[in-house]
Amino acid sequence: MPGFDFSNYNRNAALHARGVPLPKATSTGTTIVGCIYDGGVVIAADTRATSGPIVADKNCEKLHYIAPNIWCAGAGTAADTEFTTALISSQLELHSLSTGRKPRVVTCMTMLKQHLFRYQGYVGAYLVVAGVDPTGTHLFTVHAHGSTDKLPYVTMGSGSLAAMSVFETQWRAQLTRDDAVKLCADAIEAGIWNDLGSGSNVDVAVITPEKTTLMRNYIRPNERTQKLGSYAFPKGTTAVLNEKIIRKEEIGKYVSVLELTEESDDKMEVDT
Amino acid sequence: MVGKDCVAIACDLRLGLQALTVSNNFPKIFQYGDNVFLGLTGLATDVSTVSDLFRYKVNMYRLREERNIAPRTFANLVSSSLYERRFGPYFVSPVVAGLDPKTGQPFICGFDSIGCIDFAKDFIVSGTATEQLFGMCESLWEPDLGPDALFETISQALLNAVDRDALSGWGAHVYIIEKDKVTKRLLKGRQD
Amino acid sequence: MAAMFSQNPLMNGPNYSFNDSPRTSAPEGAREHRFDPYTDNGGSTLAIAGADFTIMAGDTRLTSGYSINSRHHPKLFKIGGTTADQKDATIVLSVVGFAADGEALKERLDAICKMYRYRHGKPMSVKACAQRLSTILYQKRFFPYYAYAILGGLDEEGKGAVYSYDPVGSYEREQCRAGGAAASLIMPFLDNQVNFKNQYIPNSGEGHALQERERRPLSRNEVEVLVKDAFDGAVERHIEVGDGLQMMVITKDGIEEILMPLKRD
Repeated sequence: MPGFDFSNYNRNAALHARGVPLPKATSTGTTIVGCIYDGGVVIAADTRATSGPIVADKNCEKLHYIAPNIWCAGAGTAADTEFTTALISSQLELHSLSTGRKPRVVTCMTMLKQHLFRYQGYVGAYLVVAGVDPTGTHLFTVHAHGSTDKLPYVTMGSGSLAAMSVFETQWRAQLTRDDAVKLCADAIEAGIWNDLGSGSNVDVAVITPEKTTLMRNYIRPNERTQKLGSYAFPKGTTAVLNEKIIRKEEIGKYVSVLELTEESDDKMEVDT
Repeated sequence: MVGKDCVAIACDLRLGLQALTVSNNFPKIFQYGDNVFLGLTGLATDVSTVSDLFRYKVNMYRLREERNIAPRTFANLVSSSLYERRFGPYFVSPVVAGLDPKTGQPFICGFDSIGCIDFAKDFIVSGTATEQLFGMCESLWEPDLGPDALFETISQALLNAVDRDALSGWGAHVYIIEKDKVTKRLLKGRQD
Repeated sequence: MAAMFSQNPLMNGPNYSFNDSPRTSAPEGAREHRFDPYTDNGGSTLAIAGADFTIMAGDTRLTSGYSINSRHHPKLFKIGGTTADQKDATIVLSVVGFAADGEALKERLDAICKMYRYRHGKPMSVKACAQRLSTILYQKRFFPYYAYAILGGLDEEGKGAVYSYDPVGSYEREQCRAGGAAASLIMPFLDNQVNFKNQYIPNSGEGHALQERERRPLSRNEVEVLVKDAFDGAVERHIEVGDGLQMMVITKDGIEEILMPLKRD
């Protein structure tokens, strides 16, 4: 990992001391859950991303790809969950290529916790790691400071209490696949309705030894209602002072743009 | 803002130091190819730095790849460049708008200051008038607007939003991006 | 000569390396007590005055932090009826901010309006009620009610009247006003759709010569549609707004109350 660039750090600290407000990072307020069943593991997430009390994204993706048989649900600082999982995914791919073996969930979890521990909690990623590998089915949680847990059912994020209340009342051993999906979706829905940081739709991923099924927007209980009025304006409502139209052919005056068709003969020279 | 086979991107023109207006002609939209546009709001010094940085990066991309950058590729470039400075970010929140060079599909997305991408199918807002813009866009926008209707909608959304924000205003620039042409308009707005 | 080698370290030469300045914080053993009497309970309100009616609206969610305390907690109150059920009331007060302060403010204003009716044998006018509300708020200038109030009714000529307040009693009569958490989302929309701000008549001139679109009073139906759409937009983008929409329509025939569902996520 090349590492971060801190060159603006002192400048930003000085600016902040002089009263410039720090920019708000998008956070996934979030409810994320995971649950093991006989024959695989299910993880699920809501799809709301917030910036303070404002909804920044109504349908974002919080289930991240790590490897074909390992997926990760992320809560906390949105950019951190996105990039941490992408980074570990890449390292794990290289690792599995060099060893010639399928990646293992414990390896992924260990790499994540070592990365997060190195940054002492400043990389704000709270993750649920789930997967199936040759050693069996696994489900972990990883906190931003680097601590991990291994449990049969887990919840994280601001809606974790609402979701856990569903697990604690309805979970039982030896669940079937459909029961586990239903239980996870119900837990996420509890977060969607009762936690302000979570909302919109439910995403579910089911991982079995054979394959992974990602069910994007498995439940959509929050479709926007039809607007009663129409707010299209008649043409010319806005006052325009100046207008300039740039056509594609005219751009050629300033820069040379060459359209290369697929069939063109002059193929790029490639070392053979 | 997304329309039918077109996208629009707009900005106000004010440059301010807290409550003091320094300049009333400070465009915040930059072009990086036939139809790839970047809007930058935030700290003015970073707006300049970041816009120049991406001009450099996009030019290098063009030289290496011998083709123009696609909006989606550019979005990922912006995202990783911003996340590199996770612990010393540029104070900007960018917006990317453009048309896919192959399919002609509209593409828009927004970022926070550390590079988290927000892919949206409708609209993206950013800057000091974020809340006002969310309110306007959420009620005015509808799917499949043509270029002319899209222009009216984005203009009305922007003008009315900045009028309720003390830190934005002083006229606006609106770009309507279509497959074979780009229309840039200067809007009349309150000068206070 | 002596002045050049002054013993005063503050004047010249190096200073002490440790901090010897007088302590400004409290001495040891003393405890600083804090008192946080306010909470923000979220929610949003809206009022629009028409030609012969006023429409007030508010969502019914009560929040604290990321939790929902109640999904049906009204923010609109009828003020100054003869009885507790407020059947013959003519004025509506909406409050948003800290729910307990809002409740207390409503109780006080209602009691005052009832006393006025008892003493004078007639209901209080909106104008008088508005001035009285301002006084109530300013009386608590240094320990304010944390509530953004909007008062709506019909004026002496039967026209719609909306008065909006800040927490310490500064007030103004307006055509329309949004208050609370989603005020900044709704207010520009009202400027645009009620007062036709930034709208011009197409082809009426070039550039600066364009004519502004004439304002016209909106019908009751148009306003109801506007209110619902404004709140639907706010619910989509603000986490503290949702659950239910409570609307009150004040006409010369009395107050009509409408309840509608909003999204609950």
